[in-house]
Amino acid sequence: MSEIAQTSEAEIPRPADDRLRRALFRFRQSKLSMLGAAVVAIVLFFTAFGTVLAPYPEHIAGAVDTANRFQPPSLTHPFGTNELGQDVLSLVMAGATVSVLAGFGVVLIGTLIGTLVGAVAGFVGGWTDEGLMRLTDLTLTIPSLILAMAIAAALGPGFTNMVIAISLSWWPGYARLVRGEVLAAREEVYVTAARAIGANPSRILFRHILPNVVSPIIVKMSLDMGFAILTVAGLGFIGIGVRPPTPEWGTLLSLSRSYMPDYWWTAMAPGMAMFFAVFGFNLLGDGLRDILDPKARR
Amino acid sequence: MPEPILQIENVSKIYGARRTLFGRTAEVQALNNVSISVQKGESFGLVGESGSGKTTLTRSILHLETPTAGRILFEGQDLALLSSAELRRLRARVQIVFQDPYASLNPRMSVRDIVTEPMLVHNDILNLSRVQRTDRAAELLSLVGLGPQHLSRFPHEFSGGQRQRICIARALASGPELLLLDEPTSALDVSVQAQVLNLLCDLQDRLGLTYFFISHDLAVVRYLCDRVALIYRGELVEEGETDEIFDAPKSDYAKMLIGAMPEVKVRGNAA
Repeated sequence: MSEIAQTSEAEIPRPADDRLRRALFRFRQSKLSMLGAAVVAIVLFFTAFGTVLAPYPEHIAGAVDTANRFQPPSLTHPFGTNELGQDVLSLVMAGATVSVLAGFGVVLIGTLIGTLVGAVAGFVGGWTDEGLMRLTDLTLTIPSLILAMAIAAALGPGFTNMVIAISLSWWPGYARLVRGEVLAAREEVYVTAARAIGANPSRILFRHILPNVVSPIIVKMSLDMGFAILTVAGLGFIGIGVRPPTPEWGTLLSLSRSYMPDYWWTAMAPGMAMFFAVFGFNLLGDGLRDILDPKARR
Repeated sequence: MPEPILQIENVSKIYGARRTLFGRTAEVQALNNVSISVQKGESFGLVGESGSGKTTLTRSILHLETPTAGRILFEGQDLALLSSAELRRLRARVQIVFQDPYASLNPRMSVRDIVTEPMLVHNDILNLSRVQRTDRAAELLSLVGLGPQHLSRFPHEFSGGQRQRICIARALASGPELLLLDEPTSALDVSVQAQVLNLLCDLQDRLGLTYFFISHDLAVVRYLCDRVALIYRGELVEEGETDEIFDAPKSDYAKMLIGAMPEVKVRGNAA
């Protein structure tokens, strides 16, 4: 018997990182995914170092140079200067930090709240499920931008308040996603096996169920990043986000709209930055979905 | 006469009618007045077709399901009367190997985590340190024909037969006396089936386990089990020594089942 067992057991010498390698391969096959990853890498680079690398750091802090206001794009000012004579490129580079970090914060907090609510609802079931999901539905009926405006208005403007405000309208999507996934994972045989072993509910939830629903959450996070950045910019645009002089893409766009047709470059640069960031995160999200969650493919 | 380790007394299970948008669904009688007694150290076979209540019975024995009527006793203790702490301690002594080795291992856990988990859960009884648990996991793996080199691998790297061996190692980790085997070989191909069955026989000899073996494969049951019970639509049809039932079935259902077995048997030179 042992000889037979030996031969059959030697048949698959697969390396441990097989799945990861295959996923990476599939990701590289898709040009759009790679483009998305590259754009996101650039955006993240400016998020981290934009403030340091900006050619006119004093303009980020709020210094003005009225002698040079509304300079068209040139070699000294690649994206021109705004109504205060500040270098638009420097402002946009620094704005990446605020916009992307805020977007990231929104998605992260939204995911945390949503995952908690969805996991508890799906795992406990019964009236808890009913109550939590009706609360979720209720939050979904309120237009997110209006709710965020109301919260931001109540808490006062500022970076943290803006992130909290948007997050509070952001989590229901995650709650629904996670609840569905938990409901499915709860019926897996390995969960029954864990219950037969005598594992307690928290162990079953955190060791057996949640690790197996991570992929769709990550995919949704990366797809949501773009929209979160847009929402942050939207709040900035209507004036309840980050206050100037702190540069933020939405705020920059909002300030430049009164000088629009003549001094187009003041709006062009933050707008394009937003466009590229959202575009990059969406492409990356699509690519991640294709490799992590092939079932959900279009 | 050895003492019974597991007694199932007049167990019935009815899945209740549910009210839905369009009225009520019908009740399902999954088990009807089933009584079985399993002796310590024997292999008891339960045979029945799909939907006959086999799985409901195993879930009831594991106390994942509460019977509508009747009692299930483990060494004379009624499962329904145990406190949650006593029930947890009992779970260390009754373990299960499931049918589908592809679904019953958590894909995100390494073999080490899978096999040491029962020890971790029951550490109040076993009292093992982290290193001791890993050692014991390696020991269990070699007991089921795998090796310590497999500890850090993940389930997807193994074939069906190997996965079932991991499932068996996990089931043995808490030191159980009664092992429920829920069609442990039906998802495997024939040559691997034989290996796993031989492994199970071997383990029973070495560890003195009691098997409650559920199957619809009569040949496997005949090979492995001392006594057999036949279950059909939730009712016990026939029970007795394996040889008696296979040689002289009394009920029509048993005759039909045994008549339908593919003939590779007892012509003298078959083995």
